Amino acid sequence: MDTGFIIEKFILVVVIFAISLVIAMYSTYAERKVAAFLQDRLGPDRAGPFGILQPLADGVKMFMKEEIIPTTSNRWLFIVGPGLALLCACIGTAVIPWGTPVLIAGKTVSLQVTDINVGVLYIFGVVSLGVYGVMIGGWASNNKYSLLSAIRAASQNISYEIAMGLSIIALLLMTNTLSLKEIVAQQHGFNWNVWYQPLGFLIFMVCSFAETNRAPFDLPECETELIGGYHTEYSSMKLGFYLFAEYINMFVSSAVMATLYFGGYNYPGMDWIAAHWGPTWAPLFGTAIFFGKIVFFIFFFMWVRWTIPRFRYDQLMNLGWKGLIPLAIANIIITGVVIAIIEKF
Amino acid sequence: MSTQVFYFVATLSILFSLMVIFAKNPIHSVLYLILTFFTFTVHYVLLNAQFLAVVNFIVYMGAIMVLFLFVLMLLNLNKDTEPSKSPLIKIVGVIAGGCLIVTLIGSLKAASISSPLILKNPGLGLVENLGKELFGPFLLPFELSSLLLLAAMVGAVLLSKRDEVEA
Repeated sequence: MDTGFIIEKFILVVVIFAISLVIAMYSTYAERKVAAFLQDRLGPDRAGPFGILQPLADGVKMFMKEEIIPTTSNRWLFIVGPGLALLCACIGTAVIPWGTPVLIAGKTVSLQVTDINVGVLYIFGVVSLGVYGVMIGGWASNNKYSLLSAIRAASQNISYEIAMGLSIIALLLMTNTLSLKEIVAQQHGFNWNVWYQPLGFLIFMVCSFAETNRAPFDLPECETELIGGYHTEYSSMKLGFYLFAEYINMFVSSAVMATLYFGGYNYPGMDWIAAHWGPTWAPLFGTAIFFGKIVFFIFFFMWVRWTIPRFRYDQLMNLGWKGLIPLAIANIIITGVVIAIIEKF
Repeated sequence: MSTQVFYFVATLSILFSLMVIFAKNPIHSVLYLILTFFTFTVHYVLLNAQFLAVVNFIVYMGAIMVLFLFVLMLLNLNKDTEPSKSPLIKIVGVIAGGCLIVTLIGSLKAASISSPLILKNPGLGLVENLGKELFGPFLLPFELSSLLLLAAMVGAVLLSKRDEVEA
Protein backbone atom coordinates (compact mmCIF):
# COMPACT_ATOMS: atom_id res chain seq x y z
CA MET A 1 0.00 0.00 0.00
CA ASP A 2 1.62 3.22 -1.09
CA THR A 3 1.21 6.52 0.68
CA GLY A 4 -0.55 8.15 -2.27
CA PHE A 5 -3.32 5.58 -2.10
CA ILE A 6 -3.82 6.15 1.63
CA ILE A 7 -3.85 9.93 1.23
CA GLU A 8 -6.34 9.66 -1.64
CA LYS A 9 -8.71 7.47 0.38
CA PHE A 10 -8.27 9.66 3.46
CA ILE A 11 -9.27 12.78 1.50
CA LEU A 12 -12.25 10.92 0.02
CA VAL A 13 -13.42 9.77 3.46
CA VAL A 14 -13.10 13.28 4.90
CA VAL A 15 -14.98 14.81 1.96
CA ILE A 16 -17.81 12.25 2.16
CA PHE A 17 -18.03 12.69 5.93
CA ALA A 18 -18.20 16.48 5.54
CA ILE A 19 -20.84 16.21 2.81
CA SER A 20 -22.99 13.88 4.93
CA LEU A 21 -22.80 16.28 7.85
CA VAL A 22 -23.62 19.32 5.72
CA ILE A 23 -26.54 17.53 4.04
CA ALA A 24 -27.84 16.38 7.43
CA MET A 25 -27.51 19.97 8.72
CA TYR A 26 -29.42 21.41 5.82
CA SER A 27 -31.99 18.61 5.98
CA THR A 28 -33.09 20.04 9.33
CA TYR A 29 -33.61 23.38 7.59
CA ALA A 30 -35.26 21.76 4.55
CA GLU A 31 -37.57 19.77 6.80
CA ARG A 32 -38.98 22.95 8.29
CA LYS A 33 -39.19 24.66 4.93
CA VAL A 34 -40.96 21.67 3.36
CA ALA A 35 -43.34 21.46 6.32
CA ALA A 36 -44.05 25.17 5.95
CA PHE A 37 -44.60 24.80 2.20
CA LEU A 38 -47.00 21.89 2.65
CA GLN A 39 -48.90 23.74 5.37
CA ASP A 40 -48.94 27.07 3.53
CA ARG A 41 -46.64 28.86 5.98
CA LEU A 42 -43.29 30.63 5.58
CA GLY A 43 -41.02 28.56 7.82
CA PRO A 44 -37.75 29.87 9.30
CA ASP A 45 -36.77 33.13 7.58
CA ARG A 46 -35.02 35.23 10.24
CA ALA A 47 -31.39 34.01 10.23
CA GLY A 48 -29.78 35.19 7.00
CA PRO A 49 -31.51 35.40 3.60
CA PHE A 50 -34.44 32.93 3.48
CA GLY A 51 -33.27 31.68 6.88
CA ILE A 52 -30.38 29.67 5.44
CA LEU A 53 -28.23 30.32 8.53
CA GLN A 54 -30.84 28.64 10.73
CA PRO A 55 -28.92 25.31 11.03
CA LEU A 56 -25.85 27.20 12.30
CA ALA A 57 -27.96 28.98 14.90
CA ASP A 58 -29.43 25.63 15.94
CA GLY A 59 -25.98 24.10 16.21
CA VAL A 60 -24.73 26.91 18.44
CA LYS A 61 -27.86 26.58 20.56
CA MET A 62 -27.36 22.81 20.94
CA PHE A 63 -23.75 23.27 22.07
CA MET A 64 -24.62 26.03 24.53
CA LYS A 65 -27.40 24.13 26.31
CA GLU A 66 -26.74 22.67 29.72
CA GLU A 67 -25.48 19.12 29.72
CA ILE A 68 -27.70 17.02 31.97
CA ILE A 69 -26.93 13.44 32.93
CA PRO A 70 -29.64 12.03 35.23
CA THR A 71 -28.19 10.77 38.52
CA THR A 72 -30.09 7.49 38.33
CA SER A 73 -28.97 6.78 34.78
CA ASN A 74 -26.19 4.46 33.75
CA ARG A 75 -23.66 7.22 33.11
CA TRP A 76 -21.27 5.41 30.79
CA LEU A 77 -23.95 3.87 28.56
CA PHE A 78 -25.91 7.12 28.61
CA ILE A 79 -22.96 8.75 26.81
CA VAL A 80 -22.28 5.77 24.52
CA GLY A 81 -25.88 5.70 23.20
CA PRO A 82 -25.91 8.88 21.07
CA GLY A 83 -22.31 8.33 19.96
CA LEU A 84 -23.17 4.85 18.70
CA ALA A 85 -26.25 6.17 16.90
CA LEU A 86 -24.17 8.73 15.00
CA LEU A 87 -21.34 6.28 14.29
CA CYS A 88 -23.66 3.64 12.82
CA ALA A 89 -25.33 6.30 10.69
CA CYS A 90 -22.01 7.50 9.24
CA ILE A 91 -20.22 4.24 8.39
CA GLY A 92 -22.82 3.22 5.81
CA THR A 93 -21.41 5.71 3.28
CA ALA A 94 -18.16 3.75 2.93
CA VAL A 95 -19.35 1.32 0.24
CA ILE A 96 -21.57 3.59 -1.85
CA PRO A 97 -20.13 4.32 -5.33
CA TRP A 98 -20.49 8.08 -5.71
CA GLY A 99 -19.48 8.13 -9.35
CA THR A 100 -17.32 6.68 -12.10
CA PRO A 101 -13.56 7.20 -11.68
CA VAL A 102 -12.55 10.84 -12.20
CA LEU A 103 -9.38 12.13 -13.83
CA ILE A 104 -7.95 14.72 -11.43
CA ALA A 105 -4.50 16.22 -12.09
CA GLY A 106 -3.46 13.33 -14.35
CA LYS A 107 -4.54 10.69 -11.83
CA THR A 108 -7.64 8.52 -12.01
CA VAL A 109 -9.44 8.65 -8.68
CA SER A 110 -12.14 6.14 -7.76
CA LEU A 111 -15.11 7.79 -6.10
CA GLN A 112 -15.84 4.85 -3.82
CA VAL A 113 -14.07 4.41 -0.51
CA THR A 114 -14.02 0.63 -0.74
CA ASP A 115 -15.57 -1.90 -3.11
CA ILE A 116 -16.03 -4.96 -0.92
CA ASN A 117 -17.63 -7.87 -2.74
CA VAL A 118 -20.42 -8.11 -0.14
CA GLY A 119 -21.35 -4.41 -0.29
CA VAL A 120 -25.12 -4.92 -0.15
CA LEU A 121 -24.80 -7.13 2.92
CA TYR A 122 -22.50 -4.57 4.56
CA ILE A 123 -25.16 -1.89 4.16
CA PHE A 124 -27.71 -4.31 5.55
CA GLY A 125 -25.49 -5.04 8.55
CA VAL A 126 -24.93 -1.36 9.29
CA VAL A 127 -28.69 -0.77 9.13
CA SER A 128 -29.30 -3.58 11.59
CA LEU A 129 -26.71 -2.13 13.99
CA GLY A 130 -28.40 1.29 13.90
CA VAL A 131 -30.95 0.31 16.51
CA TYR A 132 -28.32 -0.21 19.24
CA GLY A 133 -27.84 3.52 19.76
CA VAL A 134 -31.54 3.96 20.45
CA MET A 135 -31.78 0.84 22.60
CA ILE A 136 -28.73 1.55 24.74
CA GLY A 137 -29.61 5.22 25.19
CA GLY A 138 -33.22 4.43 26.02
CA TRP A 139 -32.29 1.81 28.56
CA ALA A 140 -29.48 3.81 30.17
CA SER A 141 -31.79 6.78 30.77
CA ASN A 142 -33.56 4.73 33.46
CA ASN A 143 -36.88 6.23 32.48
CA LYS A 144 -39.96 4.12 31.76
CA TYR A 145 -40.90 6.11 28.66
CA SER A 146 -37.40 5.83 27.27
CA LEU A 147 -37.37 2.10 27.95
CA LEU A 148 -40.72 1.58 26.22
CA SER A 149 -39.41 3.53 23.28
CA ALA A 150 -36.23 1.44 23.13
CA ILE A 151 -38.31 -1.75 23.12
CA ARG A 152 -40.52 -0.40 20.37
CA ALA A 153 -37.50 0.59 18.30
CA ALA A 154 -36.03 -2.90 18.66
CA SER A 155 -39.13 -4.81 17.63
CA GLN A 156 -39.88 -2.42 14.76
CA ASN A 157 -36.33 -2.67 13.47
CA ILE A 158 -36.27 -6.47 13.56
CA SER A 159 -39.70 -6.82 11.92
CA TYR A 160 -38.91 -4.56 8.99
CA GLU A 161 -35.39 -5.88 8.53
CA ILE A 162 -36.85 -9.19 7.38
CA ALA A 163 -39.01 -7.67 4.65
CA MET A 164 -36.11 -5.43 3.61
CA GLY A 165 -33.75 -8.39 3.30
CA LEU A 166 -36.30 -10.34 1.26
CA SER A 167 -36.84 -7.43 -1.13
CA ILE A 168 -33.06 -7.19 -1.65
CA ILE A 169 -32.89 -10.93 -2.43
CA ALA A 170 -35.23 -10.48 -5.42
CA LEU A 171 -32.91 -7.71 -6.67
CA LEU A 172 -29.83 -9.88 -6.20
CA LEU A 173 -31.43 -12.67 -8.24
CA MET A 174 -31.33 -10.26 -11.17
CA THR A 175 -27.97 -8.59 -10.64
CA ASN A 176 -26.01 -11.77 -9.77
CA THR A 177 -23.59 -9.75 -7.63
CA LEU A 178 -23.37 -8.33 -4.13
CA SER A 179 -20.95 -5.55 -5.05
CA LEU A 180 -22.61 -2.13 -5.18
CA LYS A 181 -20.12 -0.96 -7.80
CA GLU A 182 -21.20 -3.67 -10.23
CA ILE A 183 -24.90 -3.24 -9.44
CA VAL A 184 -24.63 0.42 -10.44
CA ALA A 185 -22.50 -0.33 -13.50
CA GLN A 186 -25.19 -2.73 -14.75
CA GLN A 187 -27.78 0.05 -14.75
CA HIS A 188 -26.03 1.96 -17.53
CA GLY A 189 -28.02 4.77 -19.13
CA PHE A 190 -31.71 4.41 -18.40
CA ASN A 191 -31.60 0.66 -17.69
CA TRP A 192 -32.53 1.16 -14.04
CA ASN A 193 -33.47 -1.68 -11.72
CA VAL A 194 -36.70 -0.01 -10.68
CA TRP A 195 -38.25 -0.85 -14.08
CA TYR A 196 -37.69 -4.55 -13.35
CA GLN A 197 -38.34 -4.53 -9.61
CA PRO A 198 -41.11 -1.97 -8.92
CA LEU A 199 -42.66 -4.06 -6.14
CA GLY A 200 -39.27 -4.77 -4.60
CA PHE A 201 -38.50 -1.06 -4.61
CA LEU A 202 -41.82 -0.24 -2.95
CA ILE A 203 -41.19 -2.76 -0.16
CA PHE A 204 -37.60 -1.57 0.24
CA MET A 205 -38.74 2.05 0.51
CA VAL A 206 -41.43 1.34 3.10
CA CYS A 207 -38.88 -0.62 5.14
CA SER A 208 -36.38 2.24 4.86
CA PHE A 209 -38.94 4.55 6.42
CA ALA A 210 -39.37 2.09 9.29
CA GLU A 211 -35.63 1.52 9.74
CA THR A 212 -34.84 5.23 9.92
CA ASN A 213 -37.71 5.78 12.40
CA ARG A 214 -39.32 8.33 10.12
CA ALA A 215 -43.00 9.21 10.04
CA PRO A 216 -45.41 7.45 9.53
CA PHE A 217 -43.36 4.84 11.44
CA ASP A 218 -41.78 7.11 14.07
CA LEU A 219 -43.35 5.21 16.96
CA PRO A 220 -40.18 5.16 19.10
CA GLU A 221 -40.48 8.93 19.44
CA CYS A 222 -44.24 9.15 19.51
CA GLU A 223 -44.67 12.28 21.62
CA THR A 224 -48.36 11.82 22.43
CA GLU A 225 -47.66 8.49 24.12
CA LEU A 226 -44.01 8.56 25.17
CA ILE A 227 -43.15 12.25 25.82
CA GLY A 228 -39.95 12.37 23.73
CA GLY A 229 -39.36 8.65 23.37
CA TYR A 230 -35.82 7.35 23.77
CA HIS A 231 -34.31 10.84 23.98
CA THR A 232 -36.62 12.14 26.73
CA GLU A 233 -33.73 12.47 29.21
CA TYR A 234 -31.21 13.85 26.76
CA SER A 235 -30.18 17.47 26.46
CA SER A 236 -27.58 19.56 24.68
CA MET A 237 -25.43 18.01 21.96
CA LYS A 238 -26.26 14.42 22.99
CA LEU A 239 -29.83 15.14 21.90
CA GLY A 240 -28.33 16.82 18.86
CA PHE A 241 -26.45 13.61 18.03
CA TYR A 242 -29.68 11.61 18.02
CA LEU A 243 -31.48 14.14 15.82
CA PHE A 244 -28.46 14.36 13.53
CA ALA A 245 -28.19 10.58 13.28
CA GLU A 246 -31.77 10.46 12.01
CA TYR A 247 -30.98 12.88 9.18
CA ILE A 248 -27.75 11.12 8.25
CA ASN A 249 -29.67 7.84 8.20
CA MET A 250 -32.14 9.46 5.84
CA PHE A 251 -29.28 10.61 3.61
CA VAL A 252 -27.67 7.16 3.57
CA SER A 253 -30.90 5.31 2.87
CA SER A 254 -31.74 7.78 0.09
CA ALA A 255 -28.31 7.09 -1.37
CA VAL A 256 -28.85 3.33 -1.09
CA MET A 257 -32.27 3.54 -2.76
CA ALA A 258 -30.83 5.64 -5.58
CA THR A 259 -27.92 3.20 -5.95
CA LEU A 260 -29.87 -0.04 -5.90
CA TYR A 261 -32.96 0.94 -7.85
CA PHE A 262 -32.48 4.30 -9.57
CA GLY A 263 -29.18 3.78 -11.31
CA GLY A 264 -26.86 5.76 -8.99
CA TYR A 265 -24.79 8.04 -11.19
CA ASN A 266 -26.36 6.73 -14.43
CA TYR A 267 -28.68 8.90 -16.50
CA PRO A 268 -30.04 8.83 -20.05
CA GLY A 269 -27.60 10.31 -22.53
CA MET A 270 -24.54 9.72 -20.34
CA ASP A 271 -22.52 8.30 -23.26
CA TRP A 272 -22.90 11.54 -25.22
CA ILE A 273 -21.82 13.57 -22.19
CA ALA A 274 -18.88 11.23 -21.55
CA ALA A 275 -17.73 11.65 -25.17
CA HIS A 276 -18.02 15.43 -25.22
CA TRP A 277 -17.18 16.62 -21.70
CA GLY A 278 -13.97 14.70 -21.13
CA PRO A 279 -12.90 12.36 -18.32
CA THR A 280 -12.95 14.99 -15.58
CA TRP A 281 -16.27 16.74 -15.95
CA ALA A 282 -18.50 13.90 -17.19
CA PRO A 283 -18.02 11.73 -14.05
CA LEU A 284 -18.49 14.78 -11.83
CA PHE A 285 -21.73 15.55 -13.68
CA GLY A 286 -22.83 11.95 -13.01
CA THR A 287 -22.07 12.45 -9.31
CA ALA A 288 -24.14 15.65 -9.37
CA ILE A 289 -27.04 13.70 -10.93
CA PHE A 290 -26.64 11.10 -8.16
CA PHE A 291 -26.86 13.81 -5.52
CA GLY A 292 -29.93 15.17 -7.32
CA LYS A 293 -31.59 11.78 -6.91
CA ILE A 294 -30.58 11.67 -3.23
CA VAL A 295 -32.03 15.14 -2.62
CA PHE A 296 -35.26 14.05 -4.30
CA PHE A 297 -35.54 11.03 -1.99
CA ILE A 298 -34.81 13.17 1.07
CA PHE A 299 -37.59 15.48 -0.08
CA PHE A 300 -39.81 12.44 -0.50
CA PHE A 301 -39.11 11.39 3.12
CA MET A 302 -40.22 14.85 4.26
CA TRP A 303 -43.21 14.95 1.93
CA VAL A 304 -44.51 11.69 3.43
CA ARG A 305 -43.83 12.88 6.96
CA TRP A 306 -46.05 15.93 6.54
CA THR A 307 -48.76 14.08 4.61
CA ILE A 308 -49.46 10.73 6.30
CA PRO A 309 -50.36 10.49 9.99
CA ARG A 310 -48.53 8.14 12.33
CA PHE A 311 -49.51 4.46 12.39
CA ARG A 312 -50.81 2.71 15.49
CA TYR A 313 -48.44 0.09 16.85
CA ASP A 314 -50.62 -2.91 15.92
CA GLN A 315 -51.08 -1.46 12.41
CA LEU A 316 -47.31 -1.19 12.10
CA MET A 317 -46.81 -4.83 13.08
CA ASN A 318 -49.66 -6.02 10.84
CA LEU A 319 -48.24 -4.16 7.87
CA GLY A 320 -44.76 -5.54 8.46
CA TRP A 321 -45.55 -9.18 9.15
CA LYS A 322 -48.79 -9.79 7.27
CA GLY A 323 -48.39 -7.31 4.43
CA LEU A 324 -44.79 -6.73 3.43
CA ILE A 325 -43.21 -10.11 4.19
CA PRO A 326 -45.69 -12.21 2.12
CA LEU A 327 -45.46 -9.64 -0.68
CA ALA A 328 -41.67 -9.78 -0.62
CA ILE A 329 -41.71 -13.60 -0.73
CA ALA A 330 -44.15 -13.54 -3.65
CA ASN A 331 -41.84 -11.06 -5.38
CA ILE A 332 -38.88 -13.44 -4.96
CA ILE A 333 -40.86 -16.36 -6.38
CA ILE A 334 -42.12 -14.37 -9.38
CA THR A 335 -38.63 -13.01 -10.08
CA GLY A 336 -37.13 -16.50 -9.84
CA VAL A 337 -39.73 -18.03 -12.17
CA VAL A 338 -39.34 -15.25 -14.75
CA ILE A 339 -35.55 -15.55 -14.70
CA ALA A 340 -35.81 -19.33 -15.10
CA ILE A 341 -38.17 -18.94 -18.08
CA ILE A 342 -35.92 -16.35 -19.75
CA GLU A 343 -32.84 -18.52 -19.31
CA LYS A 344 -34.67 -21.56 -20.72
CA PHE A 345 -35.68 -19.87 -23.97
CA MET B 1 1.23 -7.91 10.41
CA SER B 2 -1.73 -10.29 10.09
CA THR B 3 -0.42 -12.47 12.94
CA GLN B 4 -0.08 -9.47 15.23
CA VAL B 5 -3.62 -8.34 14.41
CA PHE B 6 -4.80 -11.86 15.14
CA TYR B 7 -3.16 -11.95 18.57
CA PHE B 8 -4.52 -8.51 19.42
CA VAL B 9 -8.08 -9.39 18.38
CA ALA B 10 -7.88 -12.82 20.02
CA THR B 11 -6.87 -11.17 23.31
CA LEU B 12 -9.85 -8.85 22.99
CA SER B 13 -12.17 -11.80 22.28
CA ILE B 14 -11.06 -13.59 25.42
CA LEU B 15 -11.23 -10.41 27.48
CA PHE B 16 -14.76 -9.58 26.34
CA SER B 17 -15.99 -13.16 26.80
CA LEU B 18 -14.67 -13.09 30.36
CA MET B 19 -16.46 -9.79 30.91
CA VAL B 20 -19.70 -11.43 29.73
CA ILE B 21 -19.44 -13.81 32.67
CA PHE B 22 -18.13 -11.37 35.25
CA ALA B 23 -20.48 -8.47 34.55
CA LYS B 24 -23.03 -8.15 37.35
CA ASN B 25 -25.72 -6.53 35.23
CA PRO B 26 -27.33 -8.80 32.60
CA ILE B 27 -27.58 -5.91 30.11
CA HIS B 28 -23.83 -5.29 30.44
CA SER B 29 -23.28 -9.00 29.84
CA VAL B 30 -25.21 -8.81 26.59
CA LEU B 31 -23.31 -5.70 25.49
CA TYR B 32 -20.00 -7.47 26.11
CA LEU B 33 -21.33 -10.45 24.16
CA ILE B 34 -22.01 -8.10 21.23
CA LEU B 35 -18.41 -6.89 21.42
CA THR B 36 -17.25 -10.52 21.51
CA PHE B 37 -19.21 -11.25 18.33
CA PHE B 38 -17.69 -8.18 16.73
CA THR B 39 -14.19 -9.53 17.39
CA PHE B 40 -15.33 -12.82 15.79
CA THR B 41 -16.30 -10.85 12.70
CA VAL B 42 -12.78 -9.45 12.57
CA HIS B 43 -11.41 -13.00 12.86
CA TYR B 44 -13.47 -14.07 9.84
CA VAL B 45 -12.17 -11.12 7.83
CA LEU B 46 -8.61 -12.11 8.77
CA LEU B 47 -9.35 -15.61 7.49
CA ASN B 48 -10.51 -14.08 4.16
CA ALA B 49 -14.06 -15.34 4.76
CA GLN B 50 -15.87 -12.12 3.93
CA PHE B 51 -19.29 -13.67 3.49
CA LEU B 52 -19.20 -15.45 6.86
CA ALA B 53 -17.92 -12.25 8.45
CA VAL B 54 -20.76 -10.13 7.18
CA VAL B 55 -23.39 -12.80 7.90
CA ASN B 56 -22.05 -13.12 11.44
CA PHE B 57 -22.32 -9.33 11.65
CA ILE B 58 -25.94 -9.25 10.43
CA VAL B 59 -27.35 -12.35 12.09
CA TYR B 60 -25.56 -12.43 15.43
CA MET B 61 -24.80 -8.78 16.11
CA GLY B 62 -27.71 -7.26 14.25
CA ALA B 63 -30.58 -9.63 14.91
CA ILE B 64 -30.01 -12.19 17.65
CA MET B 65 -28.34 -9.83 20.10
CA VAL B 66 -31.02 -7.20 19.50
CA LEU B 67 -33.56 -9.86 20.48
CA PHE B 68 -31.53 -10.76 23.58
CA LEU B 69 -31.39 -7.11 24.57
CA PHE B 70 -35.09 -6.76 23.78
CA VAL B 71 -36.07 -9.65 26.05
CA LEU B 72 -33.82 -8.45 28.88
CA MET B 73 -35.24 -4.94 28.66
CA LEU B 74 -38.78 -6.30 28.56
CA LEU B 75 -38.14 -8.35 31.70
CA ASN B 76 -36.20 -5.42 33.18
CA LEU B 77 -34.05 -7.67 35.37
CA ASN B 78 -32.58 -6.01 38.41
CA LYS B 79 -30.50 -7.25 41.28
CA ASP B 80 -33.56 -7.32 43.55
CA THR B 81 -35.56 -9.53 41.22
CA GLU B 82 -32.75 -12.01 40.75
CA PRO B 83 -33.95 -15.32 42.21
CA SER B 84 -31.94 -16.52 45.21
CA LYS B 85 -30.12 -19.73 44.49
CA SER B 86 -30.49 -22.68 46.81
CA PRO B 87 -27.32 -24.33 48.22
CA LEU B 88 -28.08 -27.47 46.20
CA ILE B 89 -27.76 -25.53 42.92
CA LYS B 90 -24.50 -24.01 44.12
CA ILE B 91 -23.06 -27.44 44.93
CA VAL B 92 -24.13 -28.77 41.54
CA GLY B 93 -22.51 -25.74 39.89
CA VAL B 94 -19.23 -26.30 41.72
CA ILE B 95 -19.14 -29.98 40.71
CA ALA B 96 -19.94 -29.18 37.06
CA GLY B 97 -17.28 -26.44 36.97
CA GLY B 98 -14.73 -28.80 38.50
CA CYS B 99 -15.46 -31.43 35.85
CA LEU B 100 -14.99 -28.81 33.13
CA ILE B 101 -11.60 -27.78 34.56
CA VAL B 102 -10.45 -31.42 34.68
CA THR B 103 -11.49 -31.88 31.04
CA LEU B 104 -9.75 -28.68 29.99
CA ILE B 105 -6.52 -29.57 31.78
CA GLY B 106 -6.64 -33.06 30.29
CA SER B 107 -7.07 -31.71 26.76
CA LEU B 108 -4.33 -29.10 27.29
CA LYS B 109 -1.98 -31.84 28.41
CA ALA B 110 -2.65 -33.87 25.27
CA ALA B 111 -2.43 -30.85 22.99
CA SER B 112 0.62 -30.08 20.92
CA ILE B 113 1.28 -27.20 18.56
CA SER B 114 -0.24 -28.22 15.25
CA SER B 115 1.24 -27.26 11.93
CA PRO B 116 -0.77 -24.44 10.32
CA LEU B 117 -3.49 -25.62 7.97
CA ILE B 118 -3.09 -24.23 4.47
CA LEU B 119 -6.21 -24.11 2.33
CA LYS B 120 -5.87 -25.33 -1.25
CA ASN B 121 -8.12 -22.50 -2.38
CA PRO B 122 -7.58 -19.34 -0.29
CA GLY B 123 -10.70 -17.73 -1.81
CA LEU B 124 -13.01 -20.41 -0.42
CA GLY B 125 -14.75 -17.96 1.91
CA LEU B 126 -15.69 -15.54 -0.88
CA VAL B 127 -19.32 -15.46 -1.76
CA GLU B 128 -19.25 -17.05 -5.22
CA ASN B 129 -17.11 -20.01 -4.14
CA LEU B 130 -19.11 -20.56 -0.99
CA GLY B 131 -22.37 -20.53 -2.96
CA LYS B 132 -21.04 -23.06 -5.47
CA GLU B 133 -19.90 -25.34 -2.64
CA LEU B 134 -23.20 -25.05 -0.77
CA PHE B 135 -25.42 -25.65 -3.78
CA GLY B 136 -23.10 -28.22 -5.38
CA PRO B 137 -21.59 -30.98 -3.24
CA PHE B 138 -23.38 -29.91 -0.04
CA LEU B 139 -26.87 -29.40 -1.46
CA LEU B 140 -28.62 -32.12 0.58
CA PRO B 141 -27.22 -31.11 4.02
CA PHE B 142 -27.92 -27.48 3.20
CA GLU B 143 -31.56 -28.11 2.30
CA LEU B 144 -32.00 -30.43 5.29
CA SER B 145 -30.70 -27.77 7.68
CA SER B 146 -33.15 -25.25 6.22
CA LEU B 147 -35.96 -27.76 6.83
CA LEU B 148 -34.75 -28.11 10.41
CA LEU B 149 -34.89 -24.35 10.89
CA LEU B 150 -38.39 -24.23 9.39
CA ALA B 151 -39.54 -26.99 11.76
CA ALA B 152 -38.08 -25.10 14.72
CA MET B 153 -39.87 -21.92 13.62
CA VAL B 154 -43.24 -23.67 13.22
CA GLY B 155 -42.73 -25.32 16.59
CA ALA B 156 -42.01 -21.98 18.28
CA VAL B 157 -45.13 -20.42 16.77
CA LEU B 158 -47.23 -23.42 17.82
CA LEU B 159 -45.91 -23.31 21.41
CA SER B 160 -46.49 -19.58 21.79
CA LYS B 161 -50.02 -19.79 20.38
CA ARG B 162 -52.68 -20.01 23.06
CA ASP B 163 -55.51 -22.51 22.81
CA GLU B 164 -58.57 -20.90 21.34
CA VAL B 165 -60.74 -22.27 24.16
CA GLU B 166 -58.50 -20.59 26.73
CA ALA B 167 -58.47 -17.27 24.93
